[in-house]
Amino acid sequence: MDWVVFVISAIAVLAGALGVVTSRNPVHAALSLVLTLFGIAVMFVEQQANFLAVVQVIVYAGAIVVLFLFVIMLLGVDQAEDLEVEPLVGQRPAAVGVGVAGLAALLLPIAFGKWQWLSGQASVAGPAHSGTEPNVNRLANALFTRYLLPFEATSVLLVIAVIGAVVLARRPLHTERQGLTAREEP
Amino acid sequence: MLLNQFLFLAAVLFCIGVYGVLARRNAVLVLASIELMLNAVNINLVAFGAYRHNIAGQVFALFVITIAAAEVGVGLAIVVLIFRNRASIALDDADLMKG
Repeated sequence: MDWVVFVISAIAVLAGALGVVTSRNPVHAALSLVLTLFGIAVMFVEQQANFLAVVQVIVYAGAIVVLFLFVIMLLGVDQAEDLEVEPLVGQRPAAVGVGVAGLAALLLPIAFGKWQWLSGQASVAGPAHSGTEPNVNRLANALFTRYLLPFEATSVLLVIAVIGAVVLARRPLHTERQGLTAREEP
Repeated sequence: MLLNQFLFLAAVLFCIGVYGVLARRNAVLVLASIELMLNAVNINLVAFGAYRHNIAGQVFALFVITIAAAEVGVGLAIVVLIFRNRASIALDDADLMKG
């Protein structure tokens, strides 16, 4: 039963990922990204990471993809991209080459490694919970005790990112003033 | 459940993301491909966490999700700024610093 769930969600993940990199229309690519993220959320549930699965759906599929779609439609760049044009000669074959070489480099140690946890013999993924304590409680215990400092640093990072995004996307001050006076004149 | 089925899937997903970053011209879709790579890392973190019976993998996956959100916010702001200045978000058109 585990295998059926894994295969279905893996197919969803890979189909969505291929859709992201091959769609001509950016909106279709963003919707393929949703498919990938949902497949990954199913995998998280399968590995007893329930809280993470919910966060994946809310933050990724709910917020980040909506942000992508928002920018695509705001900029009006949702017309199809011509995938045949190569601005740099050989860019696409080179990208395929780098991708395949990286895949080989990643898969060879898994396929031929001596380590037991890599070769797949005894690598049984057990549920990551001990006893009856729910997943959320364990995660919160770890997050607010041992990993408290990285957690606080993350909050600082988010504030910096929000301020940076606002400063970057804001119009320059003088055009803002011109807009104001133009609006007040009539 | 084997551990390395997740590792295989994450490796394939990561390399699809690498291809997307290198081959796409649309800046928004390059950011989407970076999301694919970050998600491959998340799969690995959760799989190793489940294998080691350790919650730390899930904690780190949570941090990765947070950082991905911050990265997308700033990245899309930069894309909007490029579009405002160059009227295009094709990465080949952003060549002001070309020698």
